[in-house]
Amino acid sequence: MIRAPLVKALSALGSPTHQIASRAVRTSAIVAQTPAKAPEKIEVFVDDIPVQVLPGTTVLQAAALVGVEIPRFCYHERLAVAGNCRMCLVEVEKSPKPVAACAMPVMKGWRIKTNSDLTRKAREGVMEFLLMNHPLDCPICDQGGECDLQDQAMAFGSDRSRFTDIHYTGKRAVEDKDIGPLVKTIMTRCIHCTRCVRFASEIAGVDDLGTTGRGNDMQIGTYVEKLFLTELSGNVIDLCPVGALTNKPYSFVARPWEIRKVSSIDVLDAVGSNIVVSTRTNEVLRILPRENEDVNEEWLADKSRFACDGLKRQRLIAPMVRMPNGELQAVEWEGALIAVAKALKKANGQVAGVAGQLADVEAMVALKDLINRLEGETVVTEQGFIKGSGTDVRANYLLNSTIAGLEEADAVLLVGTNPRYEAPLVNTRLRKAYVHNELQIASIGPKVDLSYEHDNLGSDPALIKDVCSGSHAFSKVLEGAKKPAIIIGADLLEREDGAAIHATIVEYCQKLKKPEWNPFNVLQNNAAQVGAYDVGYQAGADRAIKAQPKVLFLLNADAGKVTREQLPKDCFVVYIGSHGDNGASIADAVLPGAAYTEKQAIYVNTEGRPQQTLPGVSPPGMAREDWKILRAISEVVGTPLPYDTLDELRSRLEDISPHLTRLGELEPAGFNETGAQAAISKSISGVAIDVKQKELKDYFMTDAISRASPTMAKCISAVNKQQRQDEQSKQSVAI
Amino acid sequence: MSLTMRIFTASRNGQRMFGTNGARLLAAKRTEPKDIVEVAKGYVYVNNKELSMEFEDITDRAATTMFFGELFRGFGVTLAHIFKEPATINYPFEKGPLSPRFRGEHALRRYPSGEERCIACKLCEAICPAQAITIEAEERADGSRRTTRYDIDMTKCIYCGFCQEACPVDAIVEGPNFEFSTETHEELLYNKEKLLCNGDKWESEIASNLQADHLYR
Repeated sequence: MIRAPLVKALSALGSPTHQIASRAVRTSAIVAQTPAKAPEKIEVFVDDIPVQVLPGTTVLQAAALVGVEIPRFCYHERLAVAGNCRMCLVEVEKSPKPVAACAMPVMKGWRIKTNSDLTRKAREGVMEFLLMNHPLDCPICDQGGECDLQDQAMAFGSDRSRFTDIHYTGKRAVEDKDIGPLVKTIMTRCIHCTRCVRFASEIAGVDDLGTTGRGNDMQIGTYVEKLFLTELSGNVIDLCPVGALTNKPYSFVARPWEIRKVSSIDVLDAVGSNIVVSTRTNEVLRILPRENEDVNEEWLADKSRFACDGLKRQRLIAPMVRMPNGELQAVEWEGALIAVAKALKKANGQVAGVAGQLADVEAMVALKDLINRLEGETVVTEQGFIKGSGTDVRANYLLNSTIAGLEEADAVLLVGTNPRYEAPLVNTRLRKAYVHNELQIASIGPKVDLSYEHDNLGSDPALIKDVCSGSHAFSKVLEGAKKPAIIIGADLLEREDGAAIHATIVEYCQKLKKPEWNPFNVLQNNAAQVGAYDVGYQAGADRAIKAQPKVLFLLNADAGKVTREQLPKDCFVVYIGSHGDNGASIADAVLPGAAYTEKQAIYVNTEGRPQQTLPGVSPPGMAREDWKILRAISEVVGTPLPYDTLDELRSRLEDISPHLTRLGELEPAGFNETGAQAAISKSISGVAIDVKQKELKDYFMTDAISRASPTMAKCISAVNKQQRQDEQSKQSVAI
Repeated sequence: MSLTMRIFTASRNGQRMFGTNGARLLAAKRTEPKDIVEVAKGYVYVNNKELSMEFEDITDRAATTMFFGELFRGFGVTLAHIFKEPATINYPFEKGPLSPRFRGEHALRRYPSGEERCIACKLCEAICPAQAITIEAEERADGSRRTTRYDIDMTKCIYCGFCQEACPVDAIVEGPNFEFSTETHEELLYNKEKLLCNGDKWESEIASNLQADHLYR
């Protein structure tokens, strides 16, 4: 069974050319994954350079192997081949017509000419047709300066125009569509490459976009008025080779030549997507994905892409101290630091720290060192994990199969997680495996739409035991699989019986494990979580509350798990973070920190890959990098931390755990042999398994930055509006 | 060597004056005025030629010097100019002619409907070699692309005219006005309002200049 839609359609037609094309599609999609039996290579010549390629390789791929780039609009490496733009026409010797390089598999001994007169004439002709129905509005087009059509018209187009219709009587014009608050459409500019359509149906798994009409009347759209709402909608902006789909919040803001680009890491989910932060005049303007095959391929989730306007709102720009009348008042750094130091002196070692979901590793280490120096013990993360010493073994809290590895999995069980919204780019991997690799997926938890077919086993926690004891039907699938994987949501392990669930699954995974393949996975949803466990933080804010500290540090802890009522009356709460959110509202001293675009900091993603953010802009107002604030506090208290620069702090990180400074490299966690054996005796309770983010509207606001973002607010209201409309139309149908 | 010859060659070089090889010199001066140095074939010697030492020429030169001939010729030129029309004009009351291509003070133009032409494409900002232009843009309520800020630092500007060449809608132009000196630096930091105001003030001149030059663009 092949699930790639285009291939399905083609194979149904059954003609020989279609079979060749479909084979090419399948090869291009799977060629990387199946090195099994290497078929004999064939030799072709690209511009007289001989190259050995596998059978089924397309002309375009063969040319790419020798470093010849053939111009294209519709072809994209990660999407099915459409072959409708005709820009990639090249001459093949002894072929009567030029061939479409993206769709034509090479034959033995072919001589491909990518720069012959015929090829150039073909390109020029195609370009002329494309430009005939494309408006000349580059000066007002947001794609101007980074437009494929612009570049290729310069490189391959004619040097003069034969367009005589200066009154524009016959020029195509298409009405713009409203497809949501994130993507702006100017459909007249569309050149019908259908990349967006293919992305939506293949990668995002939402068959909302399509084409209607033929020839000059062809249109891309949703057919009925509908918003294109998925957690990956922003990627169609990058895919669009022209300015038909552009970034709505960024519209008209800046030109590509005036922005500064900084390669960084996204922290709004635990995937650690690689991003490029575009800045100008000390302002983050937009965020684009950066290619990293191991993490995010070249996609980016909408929250990570569009929540960047939250970096300008609700920011803490000055240190604040709570006055006797109960109000926070802005003070100078000196005053704030002295106030904190006084409280620390009085606390007598009864100090605790809670790290939230956006805390970076450096700051967490500095906080831990500071608290330890003050003879405090309690440093915890805001999000909980299994009770006991579960975080001692690294494999217990990582996505051990790795994000890229999940592509190869052939049976996956999701327990208490909705990867579509908790980690959209992990979900695209699962969907990719589902489409190309016959992946069978089952889930235990509430019924959610994962964008691919899966078996919902129910939300009864007893099912975990059933599956893990081998009595459930899906156990057979897992046991028969070559690369099975069980993915547990991090939120599920916060439960009282989390340890029992964890232990049960760990034990079962011992049975499932294969050489070089660890089937046990925890899908974290906070960027800080793995880093915190790696540097020795314990899990769960309740531990900090239980300690009843005199001084409590909240490091970016905004989830609202610590409340004033749970703490002793005289507890002095210090909040260090970037946004005025839940944490700052209960604090006695608010110390403004830097957001992830403003500091050089390490984050460890859910598979245990440390990566660093780089500063694109400077922190606003008096805000400072988090670890520097903690260093300053330590100085005022009189127990200075032994590092003054980031490099010194990094070498301290290296002492704690050497993998933390090997940026971008994945440190295998080994197998979790010592699962919490004691916990296994505890039974799993009967409380139904639930996930926090069930629907799209739950996805947009999950942390301090996205909560401050107006764009995310617009997204939620758009989703609500769409839901209301759907209900109304359903009712009217019922009547 | 005669005295007159000595006088007239005194400025040349000492060798000539006190040289002993008189016979050779006498033989040479009968020919054409000769180059001082030997010049290769195909080259032309452009420096002073040796003066003619014919007796007639020597006396002519002596007479010119003695009777102040050059002085009187100079007086003659001066006298002639008294009767000619003066070359200066009575600026600020009179002004010289300006080419339609003259690059003076900047202005932002409008369409006849009153809508501003500038579409915030930022090409002028990109091309400005002095980086004198600053533009910020955003979507206007009606969805059109407009600037929220268009600043030109007239003290940075080098009046090269690249901005008006880059403009796809003829919005930014360098008009014919060159009299915009101010007393403070700040007054020369033009904002959008000032530039649009300039455009309104100079529109007729700018339009006729563009019309005059449109065939050559």
